[in-house]
Amino acid sequence: MKIAKMVVTGAAALAAGMAIAASSAQAQGEQFIPGLVYRTGAYAPNGIPFADGVADYINMLNARDGGINGVKILFEECETGYATDRGVECYERLKAKGPTGAAYFSPLSTGITFALTEKAPGDKIPLITMGYGRADSRDGQVFTWNFPLLGTYWTAASVAIQHIAKEWGGFDKLKGKKIALVYHDSPYGKEPIAALEIMSKKYGFEFLPIPVPAPGSEQKSQWLQIRQQRPDYVLLWGWGVMNSASVTEAGNVNYPRDKMLGVWWSGAEPDVVPAGEKGAGYKALMLQHPAGKFGIHGEIDKHVISKGKSLAKADDTGQVLYNRGLINSMLGTESIRTAMAKFGNKPMTGEQVRWGIEHLDLSAARIKELGFEGMIQPLKVTCADHEGTRLSRVHQWDGKKWNVISDYYTGDDSVLAPLVKDVAAKYAAEKKITPRDCSKES
Amino acid sequence: MFYREAGQYKASYGADQAIFPIAQDRFVVLAGMAVAFLVVPFLASEYTYRAVLIPTVILTLAAIGLNVLMGYCGQVSLGSGAFMGVGAYAAFNLAIRLPFLNPLVCILLSGFVAAAIGIAFGIPSLRIKGFYLACATLAAQFFGDWAFLRIKWVTNHTPSGSVNAPPIQMFGYDLSSPTATYLIALTITIVLGLAAKNIVRGHIGRQWMAIRDMDIAAEIIGVRPLFAKLSAFAVSSFLIGVAGAMWAFLYLGSWEPAAFSIDRSFQLMFMVIIGGLGSILGSALGAIFIVLLPIFLNQALPPLGALIGWKISTATVSHFESMIFGALIVFFLVVEPHGLARLWSVAKEKLRLWPFPH
Repeated sequence: MKIAKMVVTGAAALAAGMAIAASSAQAQGEQFIPGLVYRTGAYAPNGIPFADGVADYINMLNARDGGINGVKILFEECETGYATDRGVECYERLKAKGPTGAAYFSPLSTGITFALTEKAPGDKIPLITMGYGRADSRDGQVFTWNFPLLGTYWTAASVAIQHIAKEWGGFDKLKGKKIALVYHDSPYGKEPIAALEIMSKKYGFEFLPIPVPAPGSEQKSQWLQIRQQRPDYVLLWGWGVMNSASVTEAGNVNYPRDKMLGVWWSGAEPDVVPAGEKGAGYKALMLQHPAGKFGIHGEIDKHVISKGKSLAKADDTGQVLYNRGLINSMLGTESIRTAMAKFGNKPMTGEQVRWGIEHLDLSAARIKELGFEGMIQPLKVTCADHEGTRLSRVHQWDGKKWNVISDYYTGDDSVLAPLVKDVAAKYAAEKKITPRDCSKES
Repeated sequence: MFYREAGQYKASYGADQAIFPIAQDRFVVLAGMAVAFLVVPFLASEYTYRAVLIPTVILTLAAIGLNVLMGYCGQVSLGSGAFMGVGAYAAFNLAIRLPFLNPLVCILLSGFVAAAIGIAFGIPSLRIKGFYLACATLAAQFFGDWAFLRIKWVTNHTPSGSVNAPPIQMFGYDLSSPTATYLIALTITIVLGLAAKNIVRGHIGRQWMAIRDMDIAAEIIGVRPLFAKLSAFAVSSFLIGVAGAMWAFLYLGSWEPAAFSIDRSFQLMFMVIIGGLGSILGSALGAIFIVLLPIFLNQALPPLGALIGWKISTATVSHFESMIFGALIVFFLVVEPHGLARLWSVAKEKLRLWPFPH
């Protein structure tokens, strides 16, 4: 009897839970934007500020303008913990929400991006992977649904080598030198290797890849190797706790921090603050934008932070990753606005948003109007080029704040373009995709 | 009353040795399969397929595989994640190197590769047991992680180390729809699950159980430990390998070695322990529990919080999910150490007598 009672109670509780889950409001006439975030786990220190920036910009648009062109934005987060299978579950959960389904996904994880790249074409939902994801997905002819806006890891690798050459006084000085890459042993960390190998042949430097097993909190042996091999420069391709561990270990083995250059995912406050004094002098690429507050932060303060609607602390809103979250949401919502100009002011489907991203054209004037002046440069996405722009700068941590120390570099397409073409063609052959003809696209 | 066997006479050896000797069991199993094959496809949404049903069905097969080894043969294994990975990468390599093979054939063939690797890593079990064997199988896990990351040939020299499954097709039909994927996974799991059920109640399974209960006694009565242990490793790795190939081809589509890390091994071990060691049904119950509960908690907590006017943030939900999940695991192990399968058999005993227990 007792068991029967338990079963009945259990079933009733289950049914109640399901009913509640199903009844979550689905209002008409709203644009749904999903947020795949990680606020817990090993990568949370970096995931949280980005997620806050993404959410705050959307909340600001809703509070100030009532959404995009009067279409209110419905935003929902789903916790992935940076795990691919949970990310896929979140994607499946959120892709059909709202009247027109998810506008776009930005998973902030190279692993989840690889998995969603297989699913997005079938569901007709674009992926905005700003500064991460597959480097070859910049080829819009093969990767119709992927948009690695603002830069790929191959662009980053090219800019990093350019900066090192500049510090040394020219590309001819690279010859015979040794450049190490300390990387997160995952698709994310491995992406730049192909580009760096090509450049090592072209410029004659020795390339030394040093993998760090995920999550990367233990790096003693890697830095011992660096102490033995004495590379002339160390590139750092880490994420989450791995970054601060690398900077700390570099300090421990006394490798000069100003001979270290991180990718733009290894160049934020959570990466250097834990290293304390040891972090001073460390350099990193910028995904164009610096730390600090700009025009947009006034709007965010006024409509979101001061109203207590944000999870971020007011002091933290000028951080690198928070700013990057703002840019991610701005590029997404501006793409929706571009799509609305063609299809009308109503909630857009994923297919329409994809058209919008592919025709995104942000002029300097428009960037200023949006409050992002000084953060990003104009960009124009086309059918053939899903990256939009290949610009990056370098900033340096002085122990207290990030200082911009270089002008803009442009990724060297004489190196990158043939590589993109090769790898994208291989992917197309493997997946039996016929590349689009961009001259026929409207 | 509902579960009375009185009047079910078995007139032949065949009837006595049937896989489900009791008529009610047969009925329940057939009805369950009918629901899974005929009713679910009309009810399930795409989300239910992709996020709930397909992973549950695939991990059920993996849990059955581990249960063969741990529950029936008593060999503790922490390498099941790696064996899933072996299956996945074997299927991937078969698919790209022998392009004329259908992906579904690759999935099944990958099981044999996993079985071979399983036998190799099972050899230490002839000398060591218990916790020491757990350490030895842990080596299999680390070897797998290393091989998938470092041996470039395994990932076909992709720059990022992440690989893709080929599109699933058969006779020119595209089988990538959620319904088709679910039915493929379900068919493979049920066929192999029934095969496993038959093996464990036949002479091979009895050898495994003899070894599990006392290996010296088993050896004295004529069970060959070499054959029994290695066959358990082979069958277990075959099932886990096929499950791994399905996980890669049917669920993820694109994967990296992290998908088959030590976490996956622990997850499978929890499934087997919570579901019930030495029970095929328990493997399925454990997989359902471990896959569904976190997803259910994650979705049910925010609306439940809203009922009492508490807006829970994504991070808090995630913390609560882990806490409640952990608490429930402890609760179940305290209340029923023999797993969910034992709950079912207790219920069966009671139903036999109900409503006149005395």
